[in-house]
Amino acid sequence: MRFMLLVKATQKSEAGILPEPSAFEAMRTFNESMVKAGVMLDADGLASSSKGARVSFAGGKPTVTDGPFTETTELVAGYWIISVKSKEEAIEWASRAPFDDDAVVEVRKFFEADDFPADAFAPGVHEQLFGPEWEAREKAMHEESQRRA
Amino acid sequence: MTPSAAHNAIDAVWRIESARLIAGLARMLRDVGLAEEFAQDALVAALEQWPQSGIPRNPGAWLMTIAKRRAIDSLRRTERLARKHEQLGRELETAIADSDLAALADGAIEDDLLRLIFVACHPLLSREARVALTLRLLGGLTTAEIARAFLVAEPNVAQRIVRAKRTLSEAHVPFEVPGGDELAARLSSVLEVIYLIFTEGYAATAGDDWMRPELCEDALRLGRILAELVPDEPEVHGLVALMEIQASRIRTRVDANGHPILLLDQHRARWDQLLIRRGLASLARAEELGTSLGPYGLQAAIAACHARARTPGETDWQRIAALYAALADRAPSPVVELNRAVAVAMAAGPAAGLAIADPLTRLPALANYHRLPSVRGDLLAKLQRFDEARAEFERAAALTRNAWERKLLLGRAAHCAAIEHPFEPEHLS
Repeated sequence: MRFMLLVKATQKSEAGILPEPSAFEAMRTFNESMVKAGVMLDADGLASSSKGARVSFAGGKPTVTDGPFTETTELVAGYWIISVKSKEEAIEWASRAPFDDDAVVEVRKFFEADDFPADAFAPGVHEQLFGPEWEAREKAMHEESQRRA
Repeated sequence: MTPSAAHNAIDAVWRIESARLIAGLARMLRDVGLAEEFAQDALVAALEQWPQSGIPRNPGAWLMTIAKRRAIDSLRRTERLARKHEQLGRELETAIADSDLAALADGAIEDDLLRLIFVACHPLLSREARVALTLRLLGGLTTAEIARAFLVAEPNVAQRIVRAKRTLSEAHVPFEVPGGDELAARLSSVLEVIYLIFTEGYAATAGDDWMRPELCEDALRLGRILAELVPDEPEVHGLVALMEIQASRIRTRVDANGHPILLLDQHRARWDQLLIRRGLASLARAEELGTSLGPYGLQAAIAACHARARTPGETDWQRIAALYAALADRAPSPVVELNRAVAVAMAAGPAAGLAIADPLTRLPALANYHRLPSVRGDLLAKLQRFDEARAEFERAAALTRNAWERKLLLGRAAHCAAIEHPFEPEHLS
């Protein structure tokens, strides 16, 4: 099963302060250990929220707020995607991350076919997900935006 | 922590640490079977102590310390305390004094891991034994998990593993990476074992369960580990590429009723792009390393052609046909030739494909292989030779052991009959 380990932002990461070389080295070793164990599928880091924005949909209408944002632990600073046997294994890998005391790693499981009802992928489901209904909604949204413009 | 939560956490540590633990012990004990027993002892100790004490900061080192201590105690206690054992006990003690626990973190353990893979896939052992031992020693699977994955009784797997370990021990198989001329052959045995595990998961050979994706994940994990251990071997990357790309289609290979969906009918938007990207990267790695691709690399290159095509119509059949020709050259087989016939038919038309498929009917090896008449039926139908096509589909239906496939083939046979004889009464209703 596949998990995403989400690294939450810290005041340092939000301030754009890069880790010390020793911390970089520790992270490199940790990443390498997951690669060598054959579990790491992907990983990357994100710049501070000052370089991003938020789109919220209060009232069903997209509203844009530019970063930075204050609630650091609600922000994501990076991620690993790993393939493991159990949630416990994902937690064990997360626990080995070389972080200091203000770091938080959230362990989240990807959806799998088993997580859906038995008939979710029956023939025809594609039509439900990507087919006429979806197209109709797209079209309605498009018309709506045209009308507003 | 509840006992069961602790148990699950220890399972997870075991999954991560066991192969390195067994590999390190095997180097010291020069016996894979003994190494595994003492590793198991350490696991039992962890199960007793960790639920109270919590998981130690460095669980791998903890397990290694316990396992080594047990090994020394046991060897000393053994009644058949030959001088050899005494010597071994002393060596072990020195090993602990020297504290090569640090070796767990550095390159030494990687070498041990590679040795362990080669020993587990030793040609002295039967294929089944190699598969079971590899999953057990390198994959960290329990005997019960292996039994479940291969739909065999647990005692059979246990016996298979015990016998394999005894065979290795009695033959004094050295704990080493084979060198020189032997390396290529031994490496291909390792690749074969990993791919066997993958294909067992991908297309189950027995039972109703058409796919057991967990085995695919185990095989992928082993392949990725091996690619890190021998990064300069192009075929290792070729195999990893092949498995990553094939695994990218797992979600789309069966419908809700468990019936197979053929490659060209699969919903490509649901192919796993992360695995495809990884597979293409591994393939590029294999291409950079070798002058020409080996059999796994070539199969990966074929799989990559499909992965790159956003629609079936965009498939580069010409390239696929050329890759099958190269594969037939490197690893000639009637099945590869049959696949080449299909690719050539897609690239250059059904007549060109049939010209390759027809001579295969004379091969005894394919006499009972349902895909040959099935492919010929398809090509004949495309050439509008419906009577011959119907006969081929019926032959294929009689040969297949899969009920669903038989139904599809008989359907196609009936369709051919209907086109050929449109006015016969039974088709008027």
